[in-house]
Amino acid sequence: MAAPIAIHLEFGGGAELLFGSVKEHHVTLPNQSEPWDMKQLLVWIRGNMLKERPELFVQGDTVRPGILVLINDADWELMGELEYELQDKDNVVFISTLHGG
Amino acid sequence: MCQVDEEYNGQLEHRVTPRVSKKCVKCKENTAVLIIRAGDAFCRGCFKEYFIHKFRAMLGKNRVIFPGEKVLLAVSGGPASSSMLSQVQEGLSRDAPKKLRFVPGIIYIDEGGASGQSMEERERAVAQLESVFRATNYHYHIVHLEQVLSLPSSVLEAGSSATEKPQTGSSYKAAVDQFIQTKKNQHPDFSVENAQSHLSSLSMQKVENGVTSPITPEHTQALQRLFASVRTLTAKEDLLYTLRQHLILHTARTQGYTKVMMGDSCSRLAIKLLSNISLGRGASLATDTGFSDPRYGDVVIVRPMRDYSSKEIAYYNRMFDIPSVFIPGLDTKAQDKASIQHLTESFVTKLQTDFPSTVSTIYRTSEKLHTACPPQNTNTQPFAKCLLCVCALDTKLEEFSAYQATLISEQLSQRRGPVSSASQGQCCSSGGGQHQGCMTGEGGCCSSAKSTVDLKSLLCYSCRLTIKDMVNALPQYILSEAERRKRRSQMREEISEFLLDEEEDEAIPRVNGSL
Repeated sequence: MAAPIAIHLEFGGGAELLFGSVKEHHVTLPNQSEPWDMKQLLVWIRGNMLKERPELFVQGDTVRPGILVLINDADWELMGELEYELQDKDNVVFISTLHGG
Repeated sequence: MCQVDEEYNGQLEHRVTPRVSKKCVKCKENTAVLIIRAGDAFCRGCFKEYFIHKFRAMLGKNRVIFPGEKVLLAVSGGPASSSMLSQVQEGLSRDAPKKLRFVPGIIYIDEGGASGQSMEERERAVAQLESVFRATNYHYHIVHLEQVLSLPSSVLEAGSSATEKPQTGSSYKAAVDQFIQTKKNQHPDFSVENAQSHLSSLSMQKVENGVTSPITPEHTQALQRLFASVRTLTAKEDLLYTLRQHLILHTARTQGYTKVMMGDSCSRLAIKLLSNISLGRGASLATDTGFSDPRYGDVVIVRPMRDYSSKEIAYYNRMFDIPSVFIPGLDTKAQDKASIQHLTESFVTKLQTDFPSTVSTIYRTSEKLHTACPPQNTNTQPFAKCLLCVCALDTKLEEFSAYQATLISEQLSQRRGPVSSASQGQCCSSGGGQHQGCMTGEGGCCSSAKSTVDLKSLLCYSCRLTIKDMVNALPQYILSEAERRKRRSQMREEISEFLLDEEEDEAIPRVNGSL
């Protein structure tokens, strides 16, 4: 897609510690010829937003085991996981389940 | 199919990720929003029903909560315990005929002193949680971990259970009747008076439904010294867990709660099971991970969230706006191999992504564990239980046991240094003579060599490992209880010739204790 995409990101369950303790982020993904998918989003987050310890958030291609991803309040497994193509104004939530309670 | 030169190139596929929106497997009408347990897709409404039903089914299946009983909810602010709190609210408020009937209270333990948080961060977290608790309209207690340093030593005694444990469903009714009788017999004001007198004799001041007395920096420093004297993160986490349990137990006893609900989820219990085995707590696995934990006698610990995976809890909290506060702990942002517990957590979580039935398999295995002999044995001497974790002592030195093997290898691998405190294992097993020499000092004297010897024989295997390096800094209540038990066992040895054995003729009345 040619137009830049605006995405609303949220982090919960402790994951926000890696992003300066800020839970909500509004980001605009830059133009590129192919549509953005989740895999590219993760790479982008790792490069541009992660302040420290990337291995606590991203592992290889995908998120670290124990981090849940919701796309528009639905499980990303139902949307295709890494192959899901992002649309404008999507809401992506990352919740870490590694701290019990 | 399975022939020698068959090629599988095209046939092995990665788990098929659906592109088309799935329908809920339960109502088959609405669009699914969540996948649970590797394959079941639920819509929002069905998921909520499923979640709520599981909580009540768990309480209903294991009938240990009596109507009208006071139950303390241990809330740490994390997702599982916040979810438990909301489920209790849901269950108590329902107009349905099978409404849950008990009186809840909430306890939150502020552990910021041990995990190195600043006072402002701790106060902020406490304020956030207080607003959550106030919205529930239940009594709540906010306890700081620093208060563990001023606990009375009676917290380490296992109390006697108020009622007989119900074995089957039919005797549950009998147990409920008995419970109601005991409550009636106790003068209603008497229990309050009792509590008040207890409270006044304690050095801490507890305010009903509120925050306890403010913590001074000296307390925090003393607590930090205690934790700094423990070398490994594994031992620190274990010690923190033990101290937390003591505080909860103490609060439950002084405020009159007979049950405590902990928010351990299925995933957390699976991790706990495996890490407990690694820590040497295999003997008490059933009580550590089972639904009910009766080791303290008068206060029973219950785990109603043990059927929920952390994924379900996280989704429920997100979808239905359950407030939870994230509080960093000892192992936040730690390396993978920093502690046994942390390593086990990352192992199980990783395995779970590729094999989604890992956690439920471990959980089902833990369900099958039962203690061989009844844990509530009133004839058991009080010092046959571990001093710190109150489970049965498992370190009797038998011929050819695995424990003896570890002691021998420890002795062999230690250099022959000064005899006093280095050869701890030998000192323990040498028996009476050494003890006599050690104990001729007055109680209250705790030099390092003596204390090492004394405590080791009172602890189970894994608690020994936890406090291996830090005897001097243990809180006073533990040390004084240890002294008391040592004196009792010494006295028992001295008069052992005069005590009649229990197997002897029952017509002869038993002689107990002092003559």
